[in-house]
Amino acid sequence: MTLRKRAFHHMRWNEPIIYQLSTPGHRGLLVPEAEEGIEQAVGDGLSSIPIGMRRSDSPSLPELAQPQVVRHFNRLSQENLGADLNIDIGQGTCTMKHNPKINEVFAGSPKMTDLHPCQDQSTVQGILEILYRTEEIFREISGLDCCSIQPGGGTHGALAMATMVRAWHRDRGEDGRRDEIITTLFSHPSDAAVPKVKGYKVVILPPDEEGLPDMEAYRSALSERTAAIFFTNPEDTGIFNSRIAEFTELARKNGALCCYDQANANGLLGIARAREAGFDMSFFNLHKTFSSPHGCGGPATGLLMVDRVLEPYLPVPVVRWDEKGGRYYLDFNLPKSCGKVKAFYGVIPVVLRAYAWIMSLGAEGLEEASRIAVLNNNYFMKKMLEVRGCSISFPRHPARIEQVRYSWEEMKRETGFGTADVQRRIADFGTHYWSSHEPWVIPEPFTIEPSESYSKEDLDEYLGIMEQISRECYEEPEKIRHAPESSTIHLIDHEYLDDPDRWAITWRQYTKKYRGYFERR
Amino acid sequence: MTGGKVGVRKKLGLIVNPIAGMGGAVGLKGTDGARILEKARSLGAVPRSPLRAREALAALRGVTDDVRVLTCAGEMGEQESLGAGLRAEVLPIEIGPLTSAEDTRRSALAMEEAGVDLVLFTGGDGTARDIAAVLGTRVPALGIPSGVKIHSPVFARNPTMAGELAGLFLTGGSVALEEREVMDIDEEAFREGSLRARLFGYLLVPCERRFLQGGKSGGGKSGAVELDGIAREVISRMVPGDLYLVGPGTTTAAIMKRLGCGYSLLGVDALRDGKTLGVDLSEREVLELLLPGRTWLVVSVIGGQGFILGRGNLQLSPRVIRSVGKERILVLGAPSKLKGLYGKALLVDTGDPSLDGALCGYTPVITGLGEETLFRVER
Repeated sequence: MTLRKRAFHHMRWNEPIIYQLSTPGHRGLLVPEAEEGIEQAVGDGLSSIPIGMRRSDSPSLPELAQPQVVRHFNRLSQENLGADLNIDIGQGTCTMKHNPKINEVFAGSPKMTDLHPCQDQSTVQGILEILYRTEEIFREISGLDCCSIQPGGGTHGALAMATMVRAWHRDRGEDGRRDEIITTLFSHPSDAAVPKVKGYKVVILPPDEEGLPDMEAYRSALSERTAAIFFTNPEDTGIFNSRIAEFTELARKNGALCCYDQANANGLLGIARAREAGFDMSFFNLHKTFSSPHGCGGPATGLLMVDRVLEPYLPVPVVRWDEKGGRYYLDFNLPKSCGKVKAFYGVIPVVLRAYAWIMSLGAEGLEEASRIAVLNNNYFMKKMLEVRGCSISFPRHPARIEQVRYSWEEMKRETGFGTADVQRRIADFGTHYWSSHEPWVIPEPFTIEPSESYSKEDLDEYLGIMEQISRECYEEPEKIRHAPESSTIHLIDHEYLDDPDRWAITWRQYTKKYRGYFERR
Repeated sequence: MTGGKVGVRKKLGLIVNPIAGMGGAVGLKGTDGARILEKARSLGAVPRSPLRAREALAALRGVTDDVRVLTCAGEMGEQESLGAGLRAEVLPIEIGPLTSAEDTRRSALAMEEAGVDLVLFTGGDGTARDIAAVLGTRVPALGIPSGVKIHSPVFARNPTMAGELAGLFLTGGSVALEEREVMDIDEEAFREGSLRARLFGYLLVPCERRFLQGGKSGGGKSGAVELDGIAREVISRMVPGDLYLVGPGTTTAAIMKRLGCGYSLLGVDALRDGKTLGVDLSEREVLELLLPGRTWLVVSVIGGQGFILGRGNLQLSPRVIRSVGKERILVLGAPSKLKGLYGKALLVDTGDPSLDGALCGYTPVITGLGEETLFRVER
């Protein structure tokens, strides 16, 4: 395999945070003074706000002219890496795929961007129709009956499921008794995290020797305290749990609800459904499998599908079709609803992009996309396992769906270089890879997910990079030791990332936690 | 990255236990005690430790301008430093003609007095025990593996990596400090063919941070957060008036720390209503305190091995365990320490086979706040 050489180097602008670029008095645009007639009609505007609600100081916002703002964000975008810049198959479990640009045209159209959630429903029939039809499509994809598009992401979708679980058991007078949720070690970590947020105790099942959730452990975990199971399938290893119907049946016999994390359904469209696997509800990430672009926490949608018996507990509102009146409407009248999980209705542009993508492919196209994703993955796995020092988790279960969790354990033993070292070096090739979710049960792990967007040439190029890095680990250790040489960041001090006291995700937090910090160093 | 003062050279203390590992090559499973050493020599064993030390020092050479090396005379460090081409300062420590455990302990103390930033030592579990006995977790220490028995996770994977890690730590690299167990096995029993490891103490060990997103080593702050979550879970389950027998280890100690209670790191302590009733109790004392039907055992998984009963907590004897009852044993395990154990069974070896049998099956291990992971228990 020949590796196409690139003269590549990451971009560095050393760009300050936008607040640090602020100069008092600078303006991006000047709003015209109110005309006399308007002022006469409404007064100065401010005096209509009650005194107690008026703020005494100006909001702390950066003050910049438009060209500076444009430069700032373009520079940041150049310091980035994403699906539009690299062969983005190294971000396994994230289902990176190409997002057709025509869908951005729809989402960016004034017909979309000028919509307001408080508009009268008679004026938004078009988008309500799209939401309704999206639900119909997902009835086919999941086999389930009713939908909420409110959750604003995958983890939020799981949180909505946990919220529904609570509402269901509360209605049956079992809420106090059923206080445990069972998940598996290779389910997405959010499946263990969100039930805790809802006050549940989480019981995690270990894998058995085949890599499947341990059935005996499962039997011992199930009890009258079990409120629900939260399973991902295929799990993060890429292994499909073919006994899933047994798991769900046992849960049902125990009076527990079966909840399916289909954040990543990319290998299963038109092939396997939540209904036949025995699940009562399932969420889907429109921003992964269904091609709405994603990354860095949003915007996103964790569309939730549920069985008909759970419909009364759905978050409000739901979108309905009024046959008699010939119109779509928002139904807030669900007396047993678990409440709202998000303001208004959901992240509508994400749904629109997913709808456009699905409609462009049709049912057959969706299934073909899944089949290509599985084919790509198994081609990549076969080639990857020929790379020196690389092995696969649970080799006794060789078939994988859409992703594979690999291991550099052998290379680490033989050379001292492991997944962290490969990760540093791969930055030199203008691409990246992500290790894997914690805990690292599989030693020196990495997860590759080559979705249907990637050609054989793309996969071969990425394989070529992996091959070269492995060869360097064995033959040119100095190269690895000093990597990356073409990146702007060389070592990351993980103390920062692991320390909540040092996290700053807003400017306000940053100024509080880091006041004088850099001056002291 | 640690923001240390510029211009002050860090000090490395080097201790070589020259006889460590000599028993291994001739099949003696350890080199503890003069009699065994003599036997090893008579069987033709040659020192292995000095070579291993030199390997580690070679990996350090790149940073020696920034680091002062302090060591012991003769074959306990001086010779190895010279052999690796390093200028080392020799501390005035008296060393017997046949180097012994006492020499190791004395050297470690002298290093602490000299204010070293890290003690780098060659040896095995026995040497680690000697150093932990005098230094505890006051001074960071790291082992160059060269003994026969390496059960303690205080050793680097190989001598070169020990040298690299030491260099990284001393030059302010991205390295965290973690309290790690010092384990040793009963050599007599090991020679008889049975493996019994005990927890002897803790060392403060530099751990390589992984340079990648999302990689948590469990060290530093994230390790403390993890343990605190487990402690909070246990405390939230505590029943007023019930007696809690808290076994040894850093995981269980997090409970006592959170409650602000006195405790022993290596012993069994008793706790009721948030107050310590007894520290480092013997089996007899435990039995005297025990409230039938209202007593809980709180034990942790020993990293690497997976023992929950029968290693390091023998005070929790079969009699104690039987009177407490299987359903009132709380097993704790920090995910970072369980890493190598997923998919394997946890082990019990109480000395009472029928009790061991009764303890087998699946047990929930408290792995965080509001979280349990199921593990199989085997004998």
